[in-house]
Amino acid sequence: MNNKIENTLFQCRAINKEFGNVRANNDISINVRSSQIHALLGENGAGKSTLVKIIYGLLQPDSGSMTFLNEEYSPKSPKDARALGVGMVFQHFSLFEPLTAFENILVGLDKELGEKELHASVIMLSESYGLEVNLSSFIGDLSAGERQRVEIIRALIQKPKLLIMDEPTSVLTPFECESLFKTLKKLASEGTSILYISHKLKEIADLCDTASVLRKGAIVGEYDPKKMTPRELGEIMVGQSLFEPKRPVAANRSNKVLSVKINEVKPDTQFGVTLKNIDLAVYQSEILGIGGVAGNGQEELMQVLTGEKKDRNVSIKYMDNDIEMLNPRERREIGLAFAPEERLGHAAVGNLNLLENSLITDPKKRFQMKMGFIDFSELNEYTNEIIEKFNVKTTGVSALASSLSGGNLQKFVVGREIGQKPSLFIVNQPTWGVDALSAANIRQAIVDIANTGAAIILISQDLDEILEISNKVAFLTNGNLSIPTNTMDIKTDEIGAIMGGISD
Amino acid sequence: MFKLIPRENVSPVLSLLGPLFSVGLTMIVGGILFYFLGVDPFAAIKMIFWDPLMSETFSTYSIPQIFIKGAPLILIALGLSVGFKANVWNIGAEGQYIMGAIFGASFALSLYPLESIVIFPAMILIGVIGGCLWSMIPAFLKVKFQVNEILVSLMLVYVAEQILALASLGFLRNPDGAGFPGSRNLNQYTSASNAEIIAGTGIHLGVLLSLLMVIFFYVLLFRHSLGFKIKLLGNSPKASGFSGDNPNKLIFLCLTLSGSLAGLAGIMEVAGPAGQINIDFNVGYGFTAIIVAFLGRLNPIGIFFAGIVMALTYVGGELTQFMLNLPAAAIQVFQGMLLFFLLSFDLFVHYKIKLKGNK
Repeated sequence: MNNKIENTLFQCRAINKEFGNVRANNDISINVRSSQIHALLGENGAGKSTLVKIIYGLLQPDSGSMTFLNEEYSPKSPKDARALGVGMVFQHFSLFEPLTAFENILVGLDKELGEKELHASVIMLSESYGLEVNLSSFIGDLSAGERQRVEIIRALIQKPKLLIMDEPTSVLTPFECESLFKTLKKLASEGTSILYISHKLKEIADLCDTASVLRKGAIVGEYDPKKMTPRELGEIMVGQSLFEPKRPVAANRSNKVLSVKINEVKPDTQFGVTLKNIDLAVYQSEILGIGGVAGNGQEELMQVLTGEKKDRNVSIKYMDNDIEMLNPRERREIGLAFAPEERLGHAAVGNLNLLENSLITDPKKRFQMKMGFIDFSELNEYTNEIIEKFNVKTTGVSALASSLSGGNLQKFVVGREIGQKPSLFIVNQPTWGVDALSAANIRQAIVDIANTGAAIILISQDLDEILEISNKVAFLTNGNLSIPTNTMDIKTDEIGAIMGGISD
Repeated sequence: MFKLIPRENVSPVLSLLGPLFSVGLTMIVGGILFYFLGVDPFAAIKMIFWDPLMSETFSTYSIPQIFIKGAPLILIALGLSVGFKANVWNIGAEGQYIMGAIFGASFALSLYPLESIVIFPAMILIGVIGGCLWSMIPAFLKVKFQVNEILVSLMLVYVAEQILALASLGFLRNPDGAGFPGSRNLNQYTSASNAEIIAGTGIHLGVLLSLLMVIFFYVLLFRHSLGFKIKLLGNSPKASGFSGDNPNKLIFLCLTLSGSLAGLAGIMEVAGPAGQINIDFNVGYGFTAIIVAFLGRLNPIGIFFAGIVMALTYVGGELTQFMLNLPAAAIQVFQGMLLFFLLSFDLFVHYKIKLKGNK
């Protein structure tokens, strides 16, 4: 490491931060050079979030120092950080749902700016960096991907010299990723350094100039991602060798488990997507991957499949039964299981503890004794089983769901559903914002139940994930579903063509 | 300007201290109020909280009275708390209480002077149904037309009061009552009288039922899957839908429970301590029970203690009225303060205040 001081934009030296007994940051020093994209790699709980929160002024370090533009830098708040030229795009969006995209950008500004002037610069930013957003849409009606674009614009409008990106591609398609990478490279070439947090090792190799790897709160080292394979980098990150889940092997692929036909289903909200001409079938031991850009009907399709939304224009056949009029509980009772995208407030509830969260889906009335009384010993046992099997990091069954990190809560939710041994498992975005090792474990668990005969519908915006474990793939475009094709037969440029006409 | 920021960790100790703190603060501020009303604040506070329990002169009468006044408060608050947990806001328990009394009393009086052991249980059942029917109106309007249940249930209190007046002056008026308003006295009708079960105390079946209901609701909320469904709906309607629950059914359930319990309290009161249907039959138990529910943290055990504390302010309040000439309204202000301080305290438990501005 031969750092030239004049090249250094940002530097932190021996940063320490403790929470109770946990040492979240242990003597961390990094050096971000100007005009560079610097990756910060690490598993969940490795201390990346703590470090960037310190850099962004959300947390104060216990000890250590930072310099920015060759001057002492110790922001007391994000506002200080922004004023000095540090911007951040969060993994969990900090947008106001009842306001429009434009109003959110307006509200986030520290300096007063004329609305017209701002509008013009937002349009300019959004065009020159390929960040398409309908500015007059309410955030509540936008998909995760669109929300993120609003966040990015909001950060860029302040013209930061150091931009922190917390897992920005976790909700983007390859197409969107590529344009984001162009944006970031353009920003870097124009002199903005980027501190880039991600679990996706391939994109780090494509994008980043340097990678600092964190493990258990400490820096493992600084590497050149262009000179290493993603796998090598991943193994440094987790400190052990990594595996790649293999798609399920055909066993009994002639038994149709589910077929869905949708003529037309109108959305509940003004900005929702109308589902049209959907015709899909999934067989035993098969994973059907459904890809597509965020906001093309994934949420709506999921609601129809779970039974949260019932509609006469839908026909759903499970084994030999018509189930379109059954509610989610009734569907679970006959062997379906679901894991929706939104972990907090849909699949799980933050204010409830893990025991209670296990109780949300109880298809076999396993936790009920006679007359509907709750069987707490059984519930305890099952919840502990999930925590153990899926390696959920928590203080115990009475921990609130909100106290778990995103990745751990996702492991809990997927574990809860898979533990019910479903014949059909429908999952939306199973590894969104989940670290590499957990993501691999979740995928492996999905493949495992497929290998034991379950049918899987995997809705995901992560194309790599779909191509890795699906037997068949189809893509959602504007509420339409393409015809499912064998994953082995599909070519990358064909995917581009199918997804190409998407953004309207 | 101030800004409220949610606290990341809500201290459970502080959250439990809330009710105690608000009682304490009510004593202080209430004492100041009494001082300006020309009453010795220490004597008044002592008379409200201490004398009913400890004074030799009053306690033999007061202690049973606390349970008698506490019973309707606890019954109604238990029913309301279930709804409040599910974000179903029945504010009209007062009306359901009145309708329970009118339904039950009308049934019993229509059979007068027939004597039978079936009349008493049937009267209670019909009283419960009366209260329940009254709460089904907001339930139906909410589920069918998304009408706000707070407004409907509250407005129906005033409708119920008009029906009460109509009954007292019209269809239930005592034919032997020399033209005075008010029905026959149910205590003088053996088959319908909610007589005392411990001689000389006035303790009646309703007091016993209120204690049993505390246990029943504790089990329902913490041991039964229905209690969980209610909690889930209150915490996240989306997760409740994902679980497969029908929110409309749960809304009906909550309003059935709260209406029925208010009706039960009403029929117990009219056939017992009150004795007759009259224009001034209702004294605000249905509204005070809202305070009791929150003071008890929507927890059945908490509601029991909160009901007793609130009954204490009623009994002690009466004492201050005839011993110290404190106006009745002063006691109502006193009770209102309790809720006000509790809610304020809760705000600081859950949020911290940050000064916003150009610093």
